[in-house]
Amino acid sequence: MPKVKIPRKSTSVDMTAMCDVAFLLLTFFILATKQKPPEVLAVQTPSSVSAKAVPDKSLIITLTKDGKAFLMLGDETKKADILSNINTSKGLNLSAAELSKWGKREFIGLPLNQIKSSLALTTPIAAEKLPGIPTDSTNNEMVDWMRSITNVYAGGDQSKLEQMILVKGDNAALYPTFKNIKEAFKKTDIFKFRIVTNGETVPIGSELYNSAKK
Amino acid sequence: MAEMNTSSGGSHKKGPGVKKSKKQSTRVDLTPMVDLGFLLITFFVFTTTMSQSTAMNMNEPKDDTTQQLKVKNSGAMTVLLGKGDQVYYYFGQLEADKLSQQFKSTTFKEIRKIIVDKKNGTPIGDLMYIIKSDKNSTFKNAIDILDEMTISAVPPGHYAEVDMTPTEELLIKQTEEANGIK
Repeated sequence: MPKVKIPRKSTSVDMTAMCDVAFLLLTFFILATKQKPPEVLAVQTPSSVSAKAVPDKSLIITLTKDGKAFLMLGDETKKADILSNINTSKGLNLSAAELSKWGKREFIGLPLNQIKSSLALTTPIAAEKLPGIPTDSTNNEMVDWMRSITNVYAGGDQSKLEQMILVKGDNAALYPTFKNIKEAFKKTDIFKFRIVTNGETVPIGSELYNSAKK
Repeated sequence: MAEMNTSSGGSHKKGPGVKKSKKQSTRVDLTPMVDLGFLLITFFVFTTTMSQSTAMNMNEPKDDTTQQLKVKNSGAMTVLLGKGDQVYYYFGQLEADKLSQQFKSTTFKEIRKIIVDKKNGTPIGDLMYIIKSDKNSTFKNAIDILDEMTISAVPPGHYAEVDMTPTEELLIKQTEEANGIK
């Protein structure tokens, strides 16, 4: 019987395939991170120890550092309803075509009386140039917006709406703007809302940290 | 590198005077490159998940003048937020002749200890933190002080945001001027 010859094989493995996979994944993650919603309104949110995730569908009120307020209607199913509701209740005289054009805008940052003229423009006004929704105590249009929103969501689950309302404020935004927003909420019987913050770990040694450990 | 010179075994005997150029393998060791690739992947995976924004719950009371909550002087601590991330506080009620002793100024770093000390030295039923924000304080301050309440495990309902009185506004203004805070 002839001896069976076992051929000597090199122990080194071809790394090319593995390298390919690694860089494919790398490219994917780099692209995926950059595809996060492009922030038109740059806002540095404060941090809190809260760990609740921000819901996907939400009505976001953004406060920029120069005290302007913007409204973003994130619930696409109700967006058209809210816009047409405020159109009729505030007498904006918008046609159906103008309403649908308005619905395509990402966020609202104009006083109500300027909306019709802004829709006539071919290119929308740049985000930094928008004056924001007026929130002064004399002319708080956020109240009108909140009223339309509550009207559209009326009959539904109130707590669900409360979970959708988010206030996203800049660190440097002054308190009175925030207070005006809260006033608008109160006037429309919304007593619970949420604030978008940066997650932060609970400081070691604090009361909350100690009670969580038990 | 491990794979570089595999083709040229050392034991080849060449004839005298024959100069043969060494045949070098074109293969490069890819292991470090793979290492680097995966390192970057791990980095990106971690950074994407960690920078998630969170939502903080806010509960506002109903404006009901008929149901005013009375707070015991002994259990009340008023926290005032001013310009330039300054925090002012006093216990109980302001008394005209003892203003300078009552009204103290501090920072966000030190307020936690004061809050906890007050909490531990007061029966829980009497405990009440009253938060008042000045018109020059920022949104960050308002959120940070509420976060401090959560961090110090003050039960909900034992702290509330209230509008500032003119006396307090004046006191803050005077203190700010005295301390040179712009």
